[in-house]
Amino acid sequence: MDAVLLSRLQFALTVGFHFLFPPLTFGLSLFILILETLYLKKGEERYRQLSDLFVKMLGLVFVLGTASGIVMEFSFGTNWSNYSRLVGDIFGAPLAAEGVFAFFLESVFLGILVFGRNRISKKAYWTSALLVFFGSHLSGLWIIIANSWMQTPAGFAIEGNRAVLKDFFAAALNHSTVIRYVHTVVAGWITGTFLIAGVNAYYLLKNRHVDHAKLGLRIAMIILVIASIGELVLGHLHSIQVGTTQPEKLAAYEALYETRSGAPLALFGIPNAEKQKNYLYVGIPKALSFLMYFDSNATIKGLNEFPPDERPPVFLPFISYHIMILLGFLFIAITVIGTALLIRGKLFTTNWFLWVLLIAIPLPHLANQFGWIAAEVGRQPWVVYRVLRTADAASVVVPAGQILFSLIMFGLIYLVLFIVFIKVLVKIIKKGPAEVATPGY
Amino acid sequence: MESLSFFQNIWYILIGVLLIGYSILDGFDLGIGSLLPFLAKNETDKRTLYNAIGPFWDGNEVWLLTGGGALFAAFPHVYATVFSGFYLALMLVLFALIFRAVALEFGSHDEKRKKFWEWAFVIGSFLPALLYGVALGNVLVGIPLDDKMEFTGNFFTLLRPFPLVVGLLGLTAILMQGATYAAMKTEGQLQQNAKKAINILWVGFIVLLVLSFITALIFKADVAGNVLAYIAALVVLVAWYLVKRSSQQGKEGQSFLMSSLAFLGLWGIVGAIHYPNLVTASNDPSLSLTISNASSTQLTLTVMFIIAVVGMPIVIGYTIYAYRVFKGKVKLG
Repeated sequence: MDAVLLSRLQFALTVGFHFLFPPLTFGLSLFILILETLYLKKGEERYRQLSDLFVKMLGLVFVLGTASGIVMEFSFGTNWSNYSRLVGDIFGAPLAAEGVFAFFLESVFLGILVFGRNRISKKAYWTSALLVFFGSHLSGLWIIIANSWMQTPAGFAIEGNRAVLKDFFAAALNHSTVIRYVHTVVAGWITGTFLIAGVNAYYLLKNRHVDHAKLGLRIAMIILVIASIGELVLGHLHSIQVGTTQPEKLAAYEALYETRSGAPLALFGIPNAEKQKNYLYVGIPKALSFLMYFDSNATIKGLNEFPPDERPPVFLPFISYHIMILLGFLFIAITVIGTALLIRGKLFTTNWFLWVLLIAIPLPHLANQFGWIAAEVGRQPWVVYRVLRTADAASVVVPAGQILFSLIMFGLIYLVLFIVFIKVLVKIIKKGPAEVATPGY
Repeated sequence: MESLSFFQNIWYILIGVLLIGYSILDGFDLGIGSLLPFLAKNETDKRTLYNAIGPFWDGNEVWLLTGGGALFAAFPHVYATVFSGFYLALMLVLFALIFRAVALEFGSHDEKRKKFWEWAFVIGSFLPALLYGVALGNVLVGIPLDDKMEFTGNFFTLLRPFPLVVGLLGLTAILMQGATYAAMKTEGQLQQNAKKAINILWVGFIVLLVLSFITALIFKADVAGNVLAYIAALVVLVAWYLVKRSSQQGKEGQSFLMSSLAFLGLWGIVGAIHYPNLVTASNDPSLSLTISNASSTQLTLTVMFIIAVVGMPIVIGYTIYAYRVFKGKVKLG
C-alpha cells in the first residue's frame, strides 16, 4: 500500500480520536469554574459536591487527551518529516508555545484540582479552577493557530525550498485563526455541556441526587442555549471566511461546479465530482450568494475555476459540512425547547425531554468530527494551502509496512481505550456527586 | 549571521534544559512505575506509590511535549530525521506512554482488570525508560545519514552495543530517580524497600557509567572530551556518591536532589562532548546535523527564545508551588 495514504489514514485516526477529548475539557472546565465561583460566593456544599464529580470526569478526559496528544506532537516528525523540514520554521513554534504557556498550566493545576481540595484554601482552589479553564482554552488557541496557518498561511516567505517566518504575528493571527478559534471553543462548550446536561438528566430520570441534578441542569441549559445560538452566527462568519480565503473549499462544501451569480444554498444532495452532477439535489435559490455577500445576485466561484489538480474532493466535504450544520440546528432546537421548559418550571419533570438530553450526549462529538473532516479534506490536495501538497509532505524513509503496523496498533489500542473510557465514565457518573470522594493524599 | 549562531547556541542549551527538566521530573514517575513490583508488597503500598506521583506525572510529561515542540521549532531537521528514522522504536515508546497514561486512571475504576492496568503501568514506564537512553546512544555514536539528512539504516542499526549500554545507564538513572523519590515520600517498610533499591541501583549506576565510557572509547574515538565534560563528570561522581550517603543518613530529600544532580551532570557530559553536533552521521562526519545546518531561522529562534524566557520561569514557579502543596509523606485518606 501507498505510504502517504497510510500516513494520512493514521493521522486521521489519531487526530480524530484525540479530538474527542479537548472539546470536552473546554466545556467541563467552564462548568467547573462556574460551580467553584458559586461555591466561593454561597458556600453551599452541593456546589462543591457537583464540582468534585466533574473534576473527576475532567481528570479522566484530560488523561486521554494527553495520551493521544503526545502522539500528535510526534506525528509530524514520524510520518510527515518532509512537512517538518519545509515548514518547521513556522509550525513548530505554536506547538512549543502551547506546552510552555498552556499545557503546563492546565496539567499542574488540574493535578491540584483532582488531589488538592483539602490541602489549599477555597480561594486557592477557585484560582486553580480558573487557571485550568484558562490553560485549556489557551492550549486550544495555540493548536488552532498552527492549524489555521495550514489553512490560510501568512507571515512567511519561501526561501530555497522551505517556508521561512517573516512576521510572527501575521503568521499566528492569519485570516482564519480568530474565527476558527471562537467557533471551535464554542463547539467545545456545547460538547462538554451536553455531557453535563445528559448526566444531570440521567439523575433526574433515576430520581437520584435530585438537588444536585436540578442545579447542574439549570446552569447547563443556560450555557447550551446561548452557545448553540451563538454557534450559528459564528459558523456563518466562519463560512464567509472560507468563501473569501479558500473559495474552492466553499465550492466543495456546496458542490458548486460552475461559477455563477445567484448561487443556491445546497440543502441536500449526493455529489459526484467526476460527472459534475449532484443527485437528489435540493437547494434554496440564490441563498448562498445572499449569505456570502448579502446580495442575492453575487457571483460565487465554482470548482471549475481552479486547475483540476488543485481542486479538493467534493463528496466528503459536502456531506460532512452539511451533517455538521444539521446537527447545529438540532442543538438549537433541543436547547430552545429546554430553555422554554426551564422558564415554565417543567424542565425537571418532562421525562421525554430528559431522555432526549441523555441520548444527545454523543451528538456534538459527531458535529465536531464532521466539521473537522470538512475543514481538513476541503483543504486537499494541500497540506499547507497553496504552499505544500500533502503528497510531498510525508516521511520518505519510513516503509509502508511499518506504517501499516502502527496504524493497526493505533486502531486496536484506541478501540480498547475508547471502550474502557466509556466504562469508567459511566462508573463515575453512576457513583454520583456526593459519593465521589476527594482522593486522600 | 553572528547573532544567528548566538541563538543556535542558546537553543542547544535550552533543548538541554528541557531534556534535563523532563529527565528529573518524569524520571521519578517512570522510575517508580518500573520499580513498582519490587517496591510495593501489597495494595496499600501500591496506592501509596500511585498517590505519590498522582498529582504530578501529567505535568511531568508536559516536559516531553514541550521538548518535542521546541525541538521541532528550533531544529526541525533533527526532529524530522530522528523521529522518522527511529519510527518503530518511537512507536513503541508512544504505545507505552499511552498505556501508562491511562493505566492509573483506568486501574482505579476498572476493578476486574486491575492487574492488567497495573502491568500496563509497569511496562509502560519501563519501556520508555530504557528506550530513551538507546535513542540517545544512537544520536551520540552516530547513525548513517544521506546528503538529504535522511536516516539510511534500519531498526537493527539502533541496537548496537554503545546505544544499548547507554540505554541501560539511562534506565538505571531513571530507576534511581524513582527509588530516591519513593524513599522521600514514604515511610516504614515501603521506604526500606526503596532504600534497598537505591543501594543496588547505586552500584549498577557506576558500573554502567564506566562501561559506557569504555564502549564509547571502543566505538567512537573522539570521546576525549573537554574541560566542561570533565567538570560534568565530576558532578556526576560526587552526586552519585552522595545519593547513597544521604539515603543512609536519613536525608531522603537530599538523596533525591543528588540523584537529580547526577542526571544534570550526565546531560552536561552529553552536551559538552556532542557540541556542536545534534545528530552525528556515522558514515561521514560532514553529513552530521549540527546546530548551524539543522536550525530554524533567526526570527523563529528569537521568537522562541522570548517565549521560553517569558514562559518557563512562570512554569517553574507554579510547578514549585504544586510540589509544596503536596509536600511531605503520602497519607492515604
